[in-house]
Amino acid sequence: MTQDSTAAVGIVVVSHSAEVADATVRLVAQLANLPEDGPRLVAAGGLADGSVGTDAVRIADAVRRADAGAGVVILADLGSAVLSAGTAIDDLLEPDVAERTVISRGPLVEGTFVAAVQASASDGLDGVRAAADEAADMDKLGDRA
Amino acid sequence: MGRTGAHPGIALGSLSVWPMTTFDLAALRRFVDTFADRLHERKDELTALDSAIGDADHGINMDRGFTAVRGKVAELDDGTDLGTAAKTIGMTLISTVGGASGPLYGTFFLRLATSLGERSEADAEALGVALRAGLEGVAQRGKAVLDDKTMIDAMSPAIDAYDGAASDGMAAALNAAAEAAATGRDRITPLVARKGRASYLGERSANHQDPGATSTTVMFESLRDAVDG
Repeated sequence: MTQDSTAAVGIVVVSHSAEVADATVRLVAQLANLPEDGPRLVAAGGLADGSVGTDAVRIADAVRRADAGAGVVILADLGSAVLSAGTAIDDLLEPDVAERTVISRGPLVEGTFVAAVQASASDGLDGVRAAADEAADMDKLGDRA
Repeated sequence: MGRTGAHPGIALGSLSVWPMTTFDLAALRRFVDTFADRLHERKDELTALDSAIGDADHGINMDRGFTAVRGKVAELDDGTDLGTAAKTIGMTLISTVGGASGPLYGTFFLRLATSLGERSEADAEALGVALRAGLEGVAQRGKAVLDDKTMIDAMSPAIDAYDGAASDGMAAALNAAAEAAATGRDRITPLVARKGRASYLGERSANHQDPGATSTTVMFESLRDAVDG
C-alpha cells in the first residue's frame, strides 16, 4: 500500500441524509477536540438535489478531500451507504487512493468519534479502522465488569 | 431492433454465419427510452412491492434515475462509443437513484462500459460478455448469491439463457434472457430474503414478489424490445 505514515488518516462520513452526515462531522470535531492540523473529517450525505439517498460520486470526492496520504476510513449508515461507498472505491477512485481507503463496520456516530480520536493520535489506517469497527461494542454505560 | 437484414444468415458449407444483428448507440438509446418509459409507467407498482418488504422507494428511485439517464443519453453525440454511453448511464445512476439500486444498477452499467470499450457496435458475443461483466459487478457489489432473493435471481439466469441462445443471434438471445429473468423473478417469490432491507423482515419477506428482481426483468424485456422491436 502507498501510505504516508506522517499524515493523519482521513475520515469520511456517509449518510442517506446530508444533515446527519454534516452534523456528525461537526459533533465529532467538537467532541474529539480535533486540532487544526488533525485528521480531515469530510461529510458525504444525501444526493446533490437534496434528496435522501447516497451518491458514490459525492463519496469519492469526499475521500479525495479527506486523504492526506495516510488513507481514509469510511463510516456509513445503512444499506445503500455501504454499497455506494464500495462503488466509489472499486469503480471511481484512482487506484492509489482506492487501495488505502476502507469501509468500517462501526456505527456512524460512535465509529466516527473513535476513528477521529485514533487518527489524531497518529494511529495508522489499520489501527483507525479497527478502532472504528469495535465502536459498536464500546462500554457506553460504563457498567461492564 | 439492431440492424437485421444487411447480412442475413448465410450458409457457408457446414458453417453458418448467424444473422448479423448488432447492438449500437441507436439500440442503446431505444433501450434507455423503453426502460425509462416502463419504469415510469410501473413506478407505483414497484414502490408497492417495495413497501411490502422494503422502504417503499424502489419505483420512485428507479424512475428518478432513468429520467436523468434519458436526458444524459439524449445529449450524447451520435458518434459516441458504447463504452462511453454505458458509462454515462452508470455514472448518472450512482448519483441520482439514491437507494441500493443506484450503486447496483450503476455498477452493472459501469462494468458493461469497461467491457464494451470503444466499440461503436457489439455483436451477440460481445454483448453477452459485457452483460456477464455487469452481472459479476452486481454480485460483487451486493455480495448476493442465488436464492438470496435479490435482482441476482433474475439477472443471473437471464445471462445464462442469453449465452445458451447466443449462437441463434442477438434477438433470440435477448428473448431467452427476458423469459429467464421473469421465471427467476417468480421463482423466488416464496423465499425468505437474505440480503437487503427485506432481509430484516426475516420470515415475513416470504411470499412477496421481489422489487429488484422485478425491475431487472423489466430491464431485460426492454433490452429485448429495443433490439427486436
